[in-house]
Amino acid sequence: MNYTTALTTCTYCGCGCNFYLEVLDGKVIGTIPCKTSPTNEGKLCIKGWNVHEFVQNPKRLTKPLIRKNGQLLEADWEEALDFTASKLKEIAGKDGPDSLAFLASAKLSNEENYIYQKFARAGVGTNNIDHCARL
Amino acid sequence: MIETVKAKAKELLESGNIQGFLGLIEKNGHIAPHLFTDPVELQALNLGDREKAGDARYPLTKYLIQIAKAHPEHIFGILVRGCDERSLKTLYNWNQLDPNQVVPLGFACPEELAEACECLQPYPDACEAGEKVSGRSFEGVAKLDAMERGERFDYWNEQFSKCIKCYGCRDVCPVCFCNECSLASDDLIQTKTFPPETPLFHLVRAVHMAGRCVDCGLCEQACPVGIPLRTLYKKIYAIMDSEFDYQMGYSEEKSPLNLL
Ligand code: SF4
Ligand code: SF4
Ligand code: SF4
Repeated sequence: MNYTTALTTCTYCGCGCNFYLEVLDGKVIGTIPCKTSPTNEGKLCIKGWNVHEFVQNPKRLTKPLIRKNGQLLEADWEEALDFTASKLKEIAGKDGPDSLAFLASAKLSNEENYIYQKFARAGVGTNNIDHCARL
Repeated sequence: MIETVKAKAKELLESGNIQGFLGLIEKNGHIAPHLFTDPVELQALNLGDREKAGDARYPLTKYLIQIAKAHPEHIFGILVRGCDERSLKTLYNWNQLDPNQVVPLGFACPEELAEACECLQPYPDACEAGEKVSGRSFEGVAKLDAMERGERFDYWNEQFSKCIKCYGCRDVCPVCFCNECSLASDDLIQTKTFPPETPLFHLVRAVHMAGRCVDCGLCEQACPVGIPLRTLYKKIYAIMDSEFDYQMGYSEEKSPLNLL
C-alpha cells in the first residue's frame, strides 16, 4: 500500500497554482489544491481541478505524429524534427518568415518558452508567437 | 494538544491495530494530507493549523474512501475534528466507508474556530485531545432570514452571479461521492455552457446537499469567488431540522429524503 501526495505546480496557465497530486499504488487518482500556497490558497479553476485526468490519460501523445496522405502516423523524433525543419525552411523561403506562426505552451518551463520565442524571433525571423494560456 | 494526538497515533500504529494513519503533515513548507505508516514520521504531524486554527483543513475522510476501497485488507486510523466525524457518519450511512475499517482519532477545535465556523458541535463525540468548547448557532442564516424576501433574492443572485463554474465546491466536499453527479447532468443544468445558470446551478447543488451536508465549510473555503456557500447549506440544515426533525451529520440514520 502506497499513498502519497506530491506537491506540484499547475501546467495549464502562467498563474502557477499549487496542488498535490494524489498517488495511490503508482496511479494518479486526484488533485488537491494546496491551502497553504500563497498563489491559490486552496482554490483552483476547473482545469486545475482535473489535472489528474490528463496525466495518465491513454489518449495523451507520447510520440510525434506526422500526417501522411491525410493520416496521422507515429514517427521517431529524428524524422519529425527533420520534417519540421525542412518545411519551416521551405515556407519561410517561399512566402517569408511572417507566413509562419509559433504557438508556445504553459506546459513548458520558463526557459523552454524563452528558447522557443528566441527561435521564432531570432532564428526564423517572425514576431508571430503566442501561447495556449491565452484562453 | 498536538502531542497527545501524536502519542495516540503512534500507539495505534505500533500496536498493529491499524496499518496506516491518514492525517496532515508539515512538509516542503506546506501542510499536506499524508498517510503515515512509519511512527517516526509522526513528529511532523500537523492538525491543519497554519496562521489561524483550522486554516489548512482538508477533507481527509473523502481521500480515505479511495484508499480504503483499494485496500480492504487494512484498517486505517484517521485524524478527525467534529465535522470530519460528522462526514464519517454520513459516509458510513451511505456505504462509502466501512466503520470496521476506520479508527477515528478525534480532537476538539478551539474557541476562535468554533466561532468562525458557527459550529453546532466543534468537537467529535469521540474526543481524545483538546478542550471542548460550546457550540454556536447559525447567526449568518438568521441575518439573511431577517432580510425582506426580494432583497434576499437579489443578495443571493448577486452572489451566484460571481460563480466561475469551477466545480470546486463539489470536488472538495467530503460527502460528494455520487458516480453520476447532478451538476454533470444535462437534464438538470446546462453542463457545457458558461456562465452557469443563476440560481439554478447553485440550487441544484443545495438541494442535493439536503440530508448530506455536514457543515464543514470546505466548499466555501475552496470557492475562488467567495460565495457564502456554507451559509446557504446551513439554511438547508435548518430546514431539514425544523421540517423533518433530521440533523444532518448528527442523526445516526440516513435522511428521510433518501430513496436508495
Ligand atoms: S466545522 Fe466545527 S468541527 Fe469543523 S473545523 Fe469548524 S469548528 Fe471545528
Ligand atoms: S459544508 Fe460544503 S463541503 Fe462541507 S459537507 Fe457541506 S456542502 Fe460539503
Ligand atoms: S466553488 Fe464557487 S465558483 Fe466554483 S463552482 Fe462552486 S460556487 Fe461556483
